[in-house]
Amino acid sequence: MSQSAARRTPAPPEGTYLGMPRFPVAAKGALGNTQLRKNLRHATGVIRAKRGRVVAEVDRWEELRVAGAAIKDRTQRHLDSYLLQFEAAMTAAGGHVHWARDAAEANQIIVELVRAQGADEVVKVKSMATQEIDMNEALEAAGIAAWETDLAELIVQLGHDRPSHILVPAIHRNRSEVREIFLTEMGTYGTPPPADLTDDPAELAGAARRHLREKFLRASVAISGANFAVAETGTLVVVESEGNGRMCLTLPDTLISVVGIEKVVPTFADLEVFLQLLPRSSTGERMNPYTTMWTGVTPGDGPQNVHVVLIDNGRTEVLADPSGRAALRCIRCSACLNICPVYERVGGHAYGSVYPGPIGAVLTPQLRGTDSAIDRSLPYASTLCGACFEVCPVRIPIPDMLVHMRKRVVEAKHGDTTPHAESLMMKAGSWLFGDARRLAMAQKAAGLGRRIMPDSVSHLGPLPPPLARWANARDLPMPPTESFRSWWARERGGSSR
Amino acid sequence: MTALSTDPAQAARPGTGLRVALFATCINDTMFPQTPKAVVTLLERLGCTVDFPMAQTCCGQMFTNTGYFDEALPTVRAYVDAFAGYDYVVGPSGSCIGSVREQHPMLAAHSGDTGLAAQVAKAVAASYDLSEFLVDVLKVTDVGAYFPHRVTYHSTCHSIRVAKVGDRPYQLLRAVRGIDLVPLEGADQCCGFGGTFSVKNPDVSVAMGADKARRVMDTGAEYLVAGDNSCLMHVGGLLHRMRSGVKPIHLAEILAQTGEGL
Repeated sequence: MSQSAARRTPAPPEGTYLGMPRFPVAAKGALGNTQLRKNLRHATGVIRAKRGRVVAEVDRWEELRVAGAAIKDRTQRHLDSYLLQFEAAMTAAGGHVHWARDAAEANQIIVELVRAQGADEVVKVKSMATQEIDMNEALEAAGIAAWETDLAELIVQLGHDRPSHILVPAIHRNRSEVREIFLTEMGTYGTPPPADLTDDPAELAGAARRHLREKFLRASVAISGANFAVAETGTLVVVESEGNGRMCLTLPDTLISVVGIEKVVPTFADLEVFLQLLPRSSTGERMNPYTTMWTGVTPGDGPQNVHVVLIDNGRTEVLADPSGRAALRCIRCSACLNICPVYERVGGHAYGSVYPGPIGAVLTPQLRGTDSAIDRSLPYASTLCGACFEVCPVRIPIPDMLVHMRKRVVEAKHGDTTPHAESLMMKAGSWLFGDARRLAMAQKAAGLGRRIMPDSVSHLGPLPPPLARWANARDLPMPPTESFRSWWARERGGSSR
Repeated sequence: MTALSTDPAQAARPGTGLRVALFATCINDTMFPQTPKAVVTLLERLGCTVDFPMAQTCCGQMFTNTGYFDEALPTVRAYVDAFAGYDYVVGPSGSCIGSVREQHPMLAAHSGDTGLAAQVAKAVAASYDLSEFLVDVLKVTDVGAYFPHRVTYHSTCHSIRVAKVGDRPYQLLRAVRGIDLVPLEGADQCCGFGGTFSVKNPDVSVAMGADKARRVMDTGAEYLVAGDNSCLMHVGGLLHRMRSGVKPIHLAEILAQTGEGL
């Protein structure tokens, strides 16, 4: 596509998520980035410790987790009726509800709504749903500028970058990098920073505040997501920390909220559970700083033109899969990212998705399928250590689900025309380990191999491929001359059986 | 509890009359036979009668966790066949026992074989990680061991989060005479082994293992102890490549040593 017409907003990086290399390749690149490793180690360490402290002080945390999971599961079982109930309540309160099957439909609806207001720019509250449907680029293509107002999203947008975390999308950046981005880019898109800007966090926040203020005051349309949608009352809820959301949700006359269909909860009282679980799990705060709730239109107060775009975009397919549907419980807290030892070392970009980390590894291949190299590699981007499940506020059994997603990847490979080395090895292994006599034969062969090596060799060092995958950095102990099984048979004369 | 350490020969031995089937696990059977040998020594010293059913092979998690459920099923069948009729099946691996407990029922359901599901339920109820069997069944923490070395313990993810052995290994290690047990920073963080993860994502695996190895070396320990030899093979492989001088050792091998014959 020709880029002759000047862009309104900073261009994101070239390429698409689906075109990204598979996880092990992208991860290897990320591991070599010393600055990234340091930023991630520091940031995940701080937030992990904070979460640990504030969760430990809640006596009935486990009961809250169970309740959160139960509410989400019950909602999903009756999702059709809760969504209709939400639509009816929202409409009765003066709002408009739109239904979108996929990203393209959602973006079309949003573009039309913005154009109907005669607007050529919008201010945005941080929203994963709009990231998922790549809304900013759809608006840009329609000549509409979408301005991110969350500080970290602003850093990402001005940095021509992609988010690398669900909650803190600029976690891969440190403050000196943020200063560089602000000095280089901010002036092109609005109020510039002071020329003597330092990397002091308060100064950086001040520069962002001045830059954003003119946008808040000028915009006639705001776009948000929602953390929760209450079916009973038609209320939408946005949970944020900076107050930028409150500005967007109250100042412009038109408010469009893009909401995944799994965000609905049955009753207002259900929020009691989630507003305790979410802040402690995400930012490690006892109570969320800015919680904005609105129920349709209040005449003379706040937005007078209120729209909700409910998006499916693959969610009903996830719901249909008994071993995958728990992913729809997710409240996007990011606790699983912060605790994950894999995420801590490679960051979010290697996951090739707006949803990185453990939840991304189970959710993304469900939403996008397993046709691309990156999506097939995501379920394997985990050691199955189980730390993610322990911290998940809605008890999503991520390790078990990863195993089921791996099975799905294996089944997809069965459809391929050429057999894979891995599946041949697994079949051979299954034959070997399916019968003790065959295993004993293989052990004898390994023992014979050991006997032709000098006794002084206790370990194998670097080895050629494919063993190099193990032995590039790790010595491999030599097999013993005699297996336990053989020793037992010799010493104890076999056993009862 | 202390009677054993003061006079092991005379004390009533807690395992007397118990017949135990040893589940060696395939990796120990093939690569680390000293570990199941240590379990035999230890359990017999505590009075148990130990069998090694020769039909046993493997828990199958290498297949299950790579997504090959059908290929894992022969190992599930081998497990229930080998250990049918035993009240106590003891394995020196939180990971393998955890897999039996958490994944065999799922695999049996996947197979649609209700007979297998019933056999699996029985086998699961009888299966214990070594530390669980010692502390919960034999009700001992002081097993009469002597190990005069500086040691640090890595808890291994599947031991704490799947088998859920809790602090039982610490209880057992603290009671070892002569031991200098030093804490390992970040002991509950994964070492990066992850089964086939270690070769599918070798770079991330090594990055995680290198951090673990560095923390182990920071303790000044002579031995890195764990309840899973697979994790020890990974971290131990890094420690060996670095010529760190820190030796990996399985918990059972420390508990088996009494200092006699040294």
